[in-house]
Amino acid sequence: MTDGALATRLVGHRLHLNHGPIDLVIGARGDKAEIERAYAQATAAFPAVLPALVAELPRLRAPHGQPPSGAVARRMVAAVAPFADVFVSPMAAVAGAVADAMLEAMVAGRDLAMAYVNDGGDIAFHLAPGATFDAGIVADVARPALDAVARLDAYSPVRGIATSGRGGRSFSLGIADAATVLAATAAGADAAATLIANAVDLPGHPAIERRPARLLDPDSDLGDRLVTVAVGPLGPAEIAEALDQGAIAAQAMADRGLIAGAALALRGVWRVLALDSAARPVIESRQA
Amino acid sequence: MTEALTDEDRAQGIVRCDACPVLCRIRPGRPGACDRYANVAGVLTRTDPLLLAQKVARDQGAMVPFLAGAEGWNGEVVAGAPTFVTGIGSGTTYPDYKPAPFIVAAEHEGFDTVTVVTEGIFSYCGVKVKIDTDRHVGAERAAVRAQGEEVGHVTTAEYGSQMLSLGGVRHLTGGSKREGTVTCDTLLALCNKQAVELTVEGGASMTLGAGRAPVIDGVIEECMRVGCGSATIGMFARQWRDHVDEVIVVDDHITGVLTEHQAGRFLDMRPAGIRVRGRKSTPGRYFQVAEPGSGWGGTDVTDPLTIVEAINPKIAWPGLRLLMVSTTGEDSAWYVLDAACRPVPAAMPEPVRAVVERIGENCEPALATVLFMAGAGGSLRAGVTANPVRLTRSVQSMLTRVTCGGAPVTVWPGGGITFMVDVTRLPDGAFGYVPTPALVAPIEFTLATADYRDLGGHMDHVVPLADVVRRAEARATPWRADNPWPTVPRPGGTGAP
Repeated sequence: MTDGALATRLVGHRLHLNHGPIDLVIGARGDKAEIERAYAQATAAFPAVLPALVAELPRLRAPHGQPPSGAVARRMVAAVAPFADVFVSPMAAVAGAVADAMLEAMVAGRDLAMAYVNDGGDIAFHLAPGATFDAGIVADVARPALDAVARLDAYSPVRGIATSGRGGRSFSLGIADAATVLAATAAGADAAATLIANAVDLPGHPAIERRPARLLDPDSDLGDRLVTVAVGPLGPAEIAEALDQGAIAAQAMADRGLIAGAALALRGVWRVLALDSAARPVIESRQA
Repeated sequence: MTEALTDEDRAQGIVRCDACPVLCRIRPGRPGACDRYANVAGVLTRTDPLLLAQKVARDQGAMVPFLAGAEGWNGEVVAGAPTFVTGIGSGTTYPDYKPAPFIVAAEHEGFDTVTVVTEGIFSYCGVKVKIDTDRHVGAERAAVRAQGEEVGHVTTAEYGSQMLSLGGVRHLTGGSKREGTVTCDTLLALCNKQAVELTVEGGASMTLGAGRAPVIDGVIEECMRVGCGSATIGMFARQWRDHVDEVIVVDDHITGVLTEHQAGRFLDMRPAGIRVRGRKSTPGRYFQVAEPGSGWGGTDVTDPLTIVEAINPKIAWPGLRLLMVSTTGEDSAWYVLDAACRPVPAAMPEPVRAVVERIGENCEPALATVLFMAGAGGSLRAGVTANPVRLTRSVQSMLTRVTCGGAPVTVWPGGGITFMVDVTRLPDGAFGYVPTPALVAPIEFTLATADYRDLGGHMDHVVPLADVVRRAEARATPWRADNPWPTVPRPGGTGAP
């Protein structure tokens, strides 16, 4: 039995699209008829997305190879291309790339004040001049609560936000509870968040339990690489050290213009990358 | 790319999920990429099943246990059995990964009904816990804590019981983040019939779980008192009359003294001249003979003679036989007055012991019971009808039946849809939570199809029951025989028989 793609309406005039592991929550602000047309465009584009990805899965799970042909797959490859110096497969950007592609299909030809496609926390959004978008940041998926809010406006170049870390559906090589990244595209943010979360780490620390990814998921793109399965007690100095490693990686990406900002969380401790330009988003910590 | 599993895969217990084109290979104990399907002991299993409750088959009017003893019944839906779709696992609007509510059409005895099934997110929610004990658990209004966080308070005592009010919006979202999280954890555990440890400021430490005996300061509370001290006197006076000269029933609320009590006088018993401490209410009934505590009858008394203020030698007499007993019969002592009219412990005569044991026999088992109380807000009602206030009116005029995971609820009169439900009447694991923090509880609205149309229901979203039953993730659970079948139309509704 194969489930088809499903479209349902959520309260708050949002659209939910589901197909296998893809869950999109889509919202928009603007003229009601325009929103309906946008939702119709998104719903029409959606059923082809997963089959196209599945057709090229072997390529997308490999760090190198021929350029893929699918539109979403090409976005994935482009998003990880700047990181050729580390191991990363295009799968690191799959959620963000789906969000970007669906947003593009949805807003094409439409006049909307704001629109977003939220793919399991990796969000692509559209902002008309004057519009703003507040994105909540959750540090710990096991104990979810709104920890910080990123306020984005049309003057910022940011159109994607993604969070990676432990506790999500994907494996992490690091120990970050969350690495939230703002970037020009959701795919770019997704790839960067994955790598920053991997960098938040204490290599060789005895409290960190790791297992080969393949033992957990035989098809994982990470193969025999050790993924984090449990983290024991960490002292304040160790937490700071791990966050420093993540902040160094994030700063390097910011310096290359790949990301616009990042917030890292580990055991309730936050590290927010300096975001001083007026054109950059404001991340407000909600921590008491 | 439907490549089969290799022999090596099979040897490792890997299963292939064919629920979507990704065709995940899933190791034992692991979920697939979507987190909705998992490999549970080699079986591909939906992890967030929509729960169907199936009514016990009726055989000539008698209840037949639902597949009682049937080995290997795995919760699959049985074709043809009356089925009610509960809100459990039906999905909420937050977190946003789950589908929107179901609106299910069913036929009941020839009348079309609609059940709108959802899981509500309740920030305005909490539990009322009734603890069957006379023991002092804490002062009224004292804070109740879990893991060091204030999660509620002691509220007004009820008959033979101490009451706690836990949760509520102020603790869930009005305090610190940790207070909210701990409150949410505590409510979730209690609603899912798990035990929690609570401490009362200046009072007891307790382990409480719905439908289980409460543990108070490490002692399992086994029975609730038969009545207050005065009521106990009234119930057993006639049985004592021929064997005793005085009975004092020690109780934190009203301590009873037999020969002064209306019951003793009615039996022409001779006044014994034993004066107890405390404040006299009416003859033979005394308030506040001691401090509240975990001793005799919910007082702090461990030596019952401490509540005797004086024995009047002009009225009492040597050889007077005195029984002192608690309201549960758990504590008792027998005394005979000596020549100086001082009470001396003695062996309790058998007929007296029999009545003491009868007190215990008449005590009901002490339980902690948990009612979940919550209010259905605007957005939840909007999921039912385009005109939410009509749903409220329909519920209040009893055209629409509200159930919580199939269990009957009490809807509080007045505005909104605020309801209470006994959590033990829901299937296990029926409650969830969201990060807000707030509790997620199933809620179903059942009404005649015509009434649903009239109140502006989402008729275009109604799906036949059979389609829901066919869904891969539906899981069946036996219907509890003591829960009324919810699709029976209410009197006065358009669909009423």
